[in-house]
Amino acid sequence: VSDQKPLGCWSVKHGQIITCPVVCNFETGEYIAVHDDKVLRIWKNKDVNLDKVFKATLSADVYRIHSLPHGGPVVLFKGGGVRTLDVLLEAPQQEIENVISDEVIKWSEAFTEGQQPVLIFATEKDGDFFVYVQKLKMNSLHKYKLEQHELSKPLSFTAHIKNQVVTLLCLYSNDSVYKVLIPLHQNTEEEEQILSKSLLLNLSVSGSVLKGTSLVVLDKDHIAVLGSLALSGEESKECLTIWNTKFQTLQTSKELPLGTSGQLWCYEEKFFFTHGKVLTVIMYKCETSSLAAAVGKLKDSQTSDVSSFVNWNTLGDEELVVSFQSQQSVALKSESKMTLRSKRNAVAKVQPDTLSVGQLLLNLKDASTTVFEDELRQLVSKAQMPDFQATIGCVVTALINRCKTNPKYYPRNFLLQIVQTRDLSYSLCPDLMAVALEKKDVHLLQTCLQRFPDIPEEITYTCLKVFLSISEAYLQRIDVNLESVICYIDIEFNNKEVKTEIVENGFNAELEQDIWNTKITKETHLMADGEFCPVGPQKAALLNAVLHSAYSETFLLPHLKNLPAQQAVLFLRYLYYLYVKCSEKINTTLPGIRSPTINQIMDWMCLLLDAHFTVMVMLPEAKQLLSNLHKFVRAQVRFYSELNKIEGSLRELQRLNHQKDSQTYSIEVLELI
Amino acid sequence: RVTGVPPQVIPGHEARSVEALCWAAGERLFGAGLGGDITEYDLARLRAARPVDGCGGPIWSMAANSSGSQLAIGCEDGSVKLFQVVPGGIQFERNLDRRKGRILCLSWHPSDTHIAAGSIDALRVFNVCSGQTVQRIMVNYHVQKVKRECIVWSIAFLSSGTVVTSDSFGRVQFWDWERGTLLESHTVSTSAVLSLAVSEEEDSIVVGTSTGATYQFQLLPVKMGSLEKRWVRTKPFQHHTHDVRAVAHSSTALISGGLDAQLVIRPLMEKVQKKGYDAVLRKFTFPHRRLVSCARKARLLLFQFSQHLELWRLGSTDETGKDGEVLPLRRMPEHLLQLKSKGPEHIYCSCVSPCGTWVAYSTASRFHLYRVQYEGDGVSIKKVPKVPKLLLPAYQLQFSSDSSSLFVAAARGSVHVLQLLEPGGCKHLHTFQPPSGSPEAVYLLASSADGHWLAAVGGDWAIHTYNLKCFKHHCAVPTYSCAVTALAVHPVTNNLVIAYSDQQLFEFSIPEKQYTAWSRMVQNCGLHKVWLERDSPITHIAFNPKNPSHILLHDTYMFCVLDKSLPLPDDSALLMNQSTLKQLPETARQRQLHAFKICKKFQPLLFADLLDENCLVMVERPIMDIKTQLPLPIQQKKFGT
Repeated sequence: VSDQKPLGCWSVKHGQIITCPVVCNFETGEYIAVHDDKVLRIWKNKDVNLDKVFKATLSADVYRIHSLPHGGPVVLFKGGGVRTLDVLLEAPQQEIENVISDEVIKWSEAFTEGQQPVLIFATEKDGDFFVYVQKLKMNSLHKYKLEQHELSKPLSFTAHIKNQVVTLLCLYSNDSVYKVLIPLHQNTEEEEQILSKSLLLNLSVSGSVLKGTSLVVLDKDHIAVLGSLALSGEESKECLTIWNTKFQTLQTSKELPLGTSGQLWCYEEKFFFTHGKVLTVIMYKCETSSLAAAVGKLKDSQTSDVSSFVNWNTLGDEELVVSFQSQQSVALKSESKMTLRSKRNAVAKVQPDTLSVGQLLLNLKDASTTVFEDELRQLVSKAQMPDFQATIGCVVTALINRCKTNPKYYPRNFLLQIVQTRDLSYSLCPDLMAVALEKKDVHLLQTCLQRFPDIPEEITYTCLKVFLSISEAYLQRIDVNLESVICYIDIEFNNKEVKTEIVENGFNAELEQDIWNTKITKETHLMADGEFCPVGPQKAALLNAVLHSAYSETFLLPHLKNLPAQQAVLFLRYLYYLYVKCSEKINTTLPGIRSPTINQIMDWMCLLLDAHFTVMVMLPEAKQLLSNLHKFVRAQVRFYSELNKIEGSLRELQRLNHQKDSQTYSIEVLELI
Repeated sequence: RVTGVPPQVIPGHEARSVEALCWAAGERLFGAGLGGDITEYDLARLRAARPVDGCGGPIWSMAANSSGSQLAIGCEDGSVKLFQVVPGGIQFERNLDRRKGRILCLSWHPSDTHIAAGSIDALRVFNVCSGQTVQRIMVNYHVQKVKRECIVWSIAFLSSGTVVTSDSFGRVQFWDWERGTLLESHTVSTSAVLSLAVSEEEDSIVVGTSTGATYQFQLLPVKMGSLEKRWVRTKPFQHHTHDVRAVAHSSTALISGGLDAQLVIRPLMEKVQKKGYDAVLRKFTFPHRRLVSCARKARLLLFQFSQHLELWRLGSTDETGKDGEVLPLRRMPEHLLQLKSKGPEHIYCSCVSPCGTWVAYSTASRFHLYRVQYEGDGVSIKKVPKVPKLLLPAYQLQFSSDSSSLFVAAARGSVHVLQLLEPGGCKHLHTFQPPSGSPEAVYLLASSADGHWLAAVGGDWAIHTYNLKCFKHHCAVPTYSCAVTALAVHPVTNNLVIAYSDQQLFEFSIPEKQYTAWSRMVQNCGLHKVWLERDSPITHIAFNPKNPSHILLHDTYMFCVLDKSLPLPDDSALLMNQSTLKQLPETARQRQLHAFKICKKFQPLLFADLLDENCLVMVERPIMDIKTQLPLPIQQKKFGT
């Protein structure tokens, strides 16, 4: 509020105390106040003196008055009795029943559900909490008991009604928000049902805990909590926070250094609270909650200093993507359980946390395969260890060593999982690829080639050789990542129309054709065998992985010379196929993820020809291929030189055009027909 | 239709900048400015009249009440003064409660009981009856950190009691004036929001910012069918490059005017029922009047600026060439002389005689005639002393084709004929007046090449022809419901060719006092749809002396040689067919030819004229040139630069 001015001010006489919040009856524009627990005052805007306005003395103490937008105000008495104001005013002195015996009302709220007012209030007696739901029209009252909680008790409540179900959110003193569902249409007159609660949200952010004082619900995925944030070792700061309950994240927070009264109201997308000595109104907007937003906001908010590394493996339920912090606790919890189990198994006698990884691995050396894998899996899932990278390296080495000693043991999936999810490198686990080559685990090899930055050329070459030598029939049974080939390769059942066409820079297909017509038409029938992929999609994907890996020519060339001639020709044929495919597109790139670039293709082609030129020339089946390749490259060179010429001319034209523009006076010839 | 009337121009005055304009008491126009005067404009005579001192220092704002009977002005000294609009002028009525801080904007409540005024850091609401300040709202209460002052640039008082302000912080804010509370605040820009206007239904607002952007706000229900409504920023437009100083909200369009000298009419598509002229964005950059005159025989051009004239000699070439070729110049164009107008008044009109030896111009209160002599490469200029005392200002000047006389268009429909005498004198010969009289000034003149006829158009759009041999009113052209934008008398046939603002063309034979057969044919067949949908009017008409059937017409975006000997195009034909024709072989062309030979190569065109049968002169005024002379707009970061 930029300009706070009281629009009206009324005061009771000295000695009288206003005992419940004043409400406004929206239908009549009247204000209703209660002073000294029993005296009701009703007045309008134009009334000046509160002493002279309508007065009614009631027979029981009022707890609170609730004003509902449709339907008059509802009065809740301290004894739990409920009357509408109209009924009450007809006979102010009427008897008010006492519903709750020794319980004390802690909180109440009124709603309109299906044209009828519903009043909910919570009471306390000796540490037990009860919830009452009163439907006024039906004159029905239901009493529920809130599930006990060992150490903490509710501090604040808020509720909303949707689809005949009351959702009650309770802020507990253990800094958590619990959700309680209360069905409205309850016909059975059972005695004191016990309401069970579920944890909705833990109010903790990166080591600090929010001591909430009040909360409001914003929409189905967001709640706002006002409270003080206690940072470890620092003074606590009061702040207003908005939480995403779906993703358990802190959406935003605002510090309130001047302190608040601990109360928070919310009407029409605005927060109202006192801040220092002023009433502060803050507008808010809750966007549809999405994981991206939740994570993105997380980066912006205070947690940005923490690494946003999320251990996806430990997540049992995808819905519960907890912030990094709560995740850690989850991980730790599960771990401690595991240790208990392992104690029972008497495999590890000490807690893994206090144990060095090396020792642990040593201990596990003789353990059975399943126990061994379990333990390692657990170790891997601990994402927050200081030298995690090294640990993973050790784990993989341990696995590989076990493989070496036990030739029958090969944890294919576990290895693949580790390589896929961790940032490993060749040097961390030098034996991994050797073992994989031995086992012909091409999928693991493909993944390694894609992920490892430091594979020695020798290994790259060996991979290539293995890939080229494996039979297509064998590959068809193997699961390989095909994402690099799926977009361009002509699999037999794949019709030409299915190919995704990328048209860029406003070129349309016709134009594209115009450019290529001159050249391609000749080639297409010339290189009939270049049209179809010489290898199956699985093999192509594996070869692409090789093309993608880093290498140094001088180190690769000597190895490449050892490639058998038949395989060299096959590889060259595949490279030629890729080259033609690339050139079909205006932007000379192949569609798809991790598909080879034209430079990689050209480099490998040159390298292969360098390594095997003499053999190729002699080989009869390579002759046709070489001549096609030669023709194609020559055509391309010509085409590009033509393009260069055109570019030069265009530039000259542009220059001329520019010259003309700059003239302020000219005499031109103009013909009108 | 906006082009129904070509804009009439009231030339300015150096010392009288205009900060505020408003209509009051029917069709009376008032202006006020930093000179501290309130001026009423005489719309019939197109001049400022009766300035009244506001006595409050520079005036920043002015607003008329809903009945137009009172004017409120906001002054530098922080006072708001009320003036009564009375016949023949205005009368000071009273001062409202004065506080410190210049009043930058004013708005009356539709019931005329209250006035809202925007100042620096605050807005105030006055009770008109008591003259007291009944509410004072600080607009930057919450922005204490920045110690910049917040200027309320524009204000509007809605009948609901909501006051809308736009300020230098880029905010548009809605206030409850009675409670003094902020209802809504929208930050639309990082720079100032300078202007705002409300639709008549008060459900839409247009604001203009200093970045050249305009935004529309609409009062919309929060939810479908909900009664609660909120102001929502709906449409952003970026049609200007500089400050948008003025906006207006018509029932179907948003209109904005900016420092970049453009007037933009942006139709609200949801209010336009059918696709047509109203549904198209319109931009107006140039005054639709002649600022260049040409001495055909001497090949000179005279350019009229607001306070000076420039005379140029055209360059020449010896070469010829093919279509589209640029020929090398033998002689470069030459700036012969610059003539500065004395005094603060701006120039109304100017003209150079066909032989180039006479130059005349007029300001609001003075008329000047010069004799120019060319000696070799040098030029000397001599002012003609003792010009006859005429009723000024002159609205249009026109020399006869033999440069022996000068026609001066003046107020009340009159045209003065001055005889030019060698070696440098002049004499008043006659004053023509329409037989029935006219209150409006003459704004267009045309004389025949044989010196026999003169045609004059007044503000009432009546065209009168006069006989120059016997100084008699000859006849009036039948009235047409649109304004005349250009007219000229054919040198051979003495036919008067008239272009109207609705893009219609007429040919009227002066000797025969009737429309020609060709003109009737044009009216029967109708002009091409595309021709009629153009939005800039024909501003000049010229003829080819060697080919009587050719008429040269031009507007801002094209020039056209109209060949009367060719058939008119029908709506199915291509109107701009020159590029098509050029690709056709000679034989095929014949069937495609039509009367309108349009060339859009040169634009925006300020002026075009025919020097001789195969020589045209075109004056382009590139928008870029105008923009480079404007002060830099607010720097805004463009994405990716």
